[in-house]
Amino acid sequence: MKLAAADLRHMLRLRRGTEFVFKFVAVAALLIALGSLATLLIDAFLDGAGRLSWQFLTSFPSRRPEEAGILSSLVGTVYLILLTALVAFPVGVGAAIYLEEYAASRWYSRLIEVNIANLAGVPSIIYGLLGLELFVRALGLERSLLAGALTMALLVLPIIIISSREAMRTVPPSIREASCALGASRWQTIWHQVLPLALPGILTGSILAFSRAIGEAAPLITIGALTYIAFLPDGLLAPFTALPIQIFNWVSRPQKGFHANAAGAILVLLVVLLLMNALAVFLRHRHQQRLRL
Amino acid sequence: MRSRSSFAIVTNNGCVSNMTEPIPALEVHDLDAWYGHTQALRKISLAIVEQRITAIIGPSGCGKSTFIRCLNRINDLIGGFRVAGRVLFQGQDLYAPDVDPIEIRLRIGMVFQKPNPFPKSIYDNVAYGPRLCGLKDPVRLDLLVEESLKKAALWDEVKDKLRRSALALSGGQQQRLCIARALAVEPEVLLLDEPCSALDPIATARIEDLLLDLKKNYTMVIVTHNMQQAARVSDSTAFFMLGQLVEFGPTSRIFTNPLEKVTEDYITGRFG
Repeated sequence: MKLAAADLRHMLRLRRGTEFVFKFVAVAALLIALGSLATLLIDAFLDGAGRLSWQFLTSFPSRRPEEAGILSSLVGTVYLILLTALVAFPVGVGAAIYLEEYAASRWYSRLIEVNIANLAGVPSIIYGLLGLELFVRALGLERSLLAGALTMALLVLPIIIISSREAMRTVPPSIREASCALGASRWQTIWHQVLPLALPGILTGSILAFSRAIGEAAPLITIGALTYIAFLPDGLLAPFTALPIQIFNWVSRPQKGFHANAAGAILVLLVVLLLMNALAVFLRHRHQQRLRL
Repeated sequence: MRSRSSFAIVTNNGCVSNMTEPIPALEVHDLDAWYGHTQALRKISLAIVEQRITAIIGPSGCGKSTFIRCLNRINDLIGGFRVAGRVLFQGQDLYAPDVDPIEIRLRIGMVFQKPNPFPKSIYDNVAYGPRLCGLKDPVRLDLLVEESLKKAALWDEVKDKLRRSALALSGGQQQRLCIARALAVEPEVLLLDEPCSALDPIATARIEDLLLDLKKNYTMVIVTHNMQQAARVSDSTAFFMLGQLVEFGPTSRIFTNPLEKVTEDYITGRFG
């Protein structure tokens, strides 16, 4: 096909125009996303930065906003997320290994697959109701740290399973074949080849799932986590509170001082989140370096 | 792991009998293979002789790779794959229900088309198989790694960087590393699925020399697209087409005086 010079110029100008429009739309979308995030951060910082102090971190909640602190909820959140990870990570990765490496591609495994994808989209409050019925009532765990962690584990399981499967799927079949051709059993191939290669992806996906869980208030409120706790949990079955619940509680108070407290607690929660994400990046980076040798 | 003594007996038997009549290491009887509903192999029967190189040639999609991958049951990994017929390895049917595919793969090693070293060090690549078999003693591992790398003609190039990543090697070196890795578990048969198709002529020549050298101790089956390669290295050649074995015989005869017209057309480059 041969174009006349004028036609060609016209066509190229049109293309450049479209190119520009799409670039503009993409940048605008980015600015809207980042802008709203920045507004949130700045707003929380202006309101809450004044409340951040050692006293704020090391005090229990109180009726007087200037004396109140987040010790019990911060400790509760850390315990809760550690316990959740302890339960959800092995179960989730194990389920992913089964589905990806062992399960034959039959109708029932496809059914399980679709259901897991759907579970990832179920609202967290539904998990709260499940946790209330199953852990709090049926298993008699009461409103304990353990009941909360198990509920959170259910919430993040689908995400961990899906991201782990995706990570394992990126391991090339040639590596599996090479391992099997050397007389490795299926499990040896998974343990020595598939998991090490998939680990960065599995870790990233899991830590992001845990960061989601850390900000959840709804399921914890549903299972009846307390909002006013003036002691630290002393065991798995102790009652507990968490940062999102504390924030929720303070925001709903009429006094201005509590709103500042809520903003301060939001900042602390954000710092915890950032630390977790930094950990994910660090782990992934270190692992990739080890693979490169 | 298999003891060295049993290996020696087998080899000795082979050597002694070779003077009179060639001993088949692998006998294939009426082998059919399917991927799902697609039949890839139809009634293949042939015998692979001990301490010889058997070449499998034929146009793309003719079932060469499927065939060679049936010989160590590596195709078991592929969902929907099934076979009918028998593959006898020293008289034992590989597909009998009581046979453990892991044992088969330890005794029948494989080298793949694309070099596929593990993303580990050179040393760990070679030591992988022996370690899986429970060999932990560092002194014996060191010896075995050195011996395997020497057999694969790679030792001199890598002896100073055994702890470096295998992925830093060149393509030809990687493929020789894969051969060393396969030899480290001391197999009796080595299957090579187009081992040189991703390599340049110099690396190819090195691998071919290596194969001729290894022939003293190993039975080898090599799939190749390269007719000259088949002619250079193999003792017998099988010509496959459309999932069927068209012709099988001594390489010299197949290339000078083929019985079938299609074989002649293929090796003279009139099609394919």
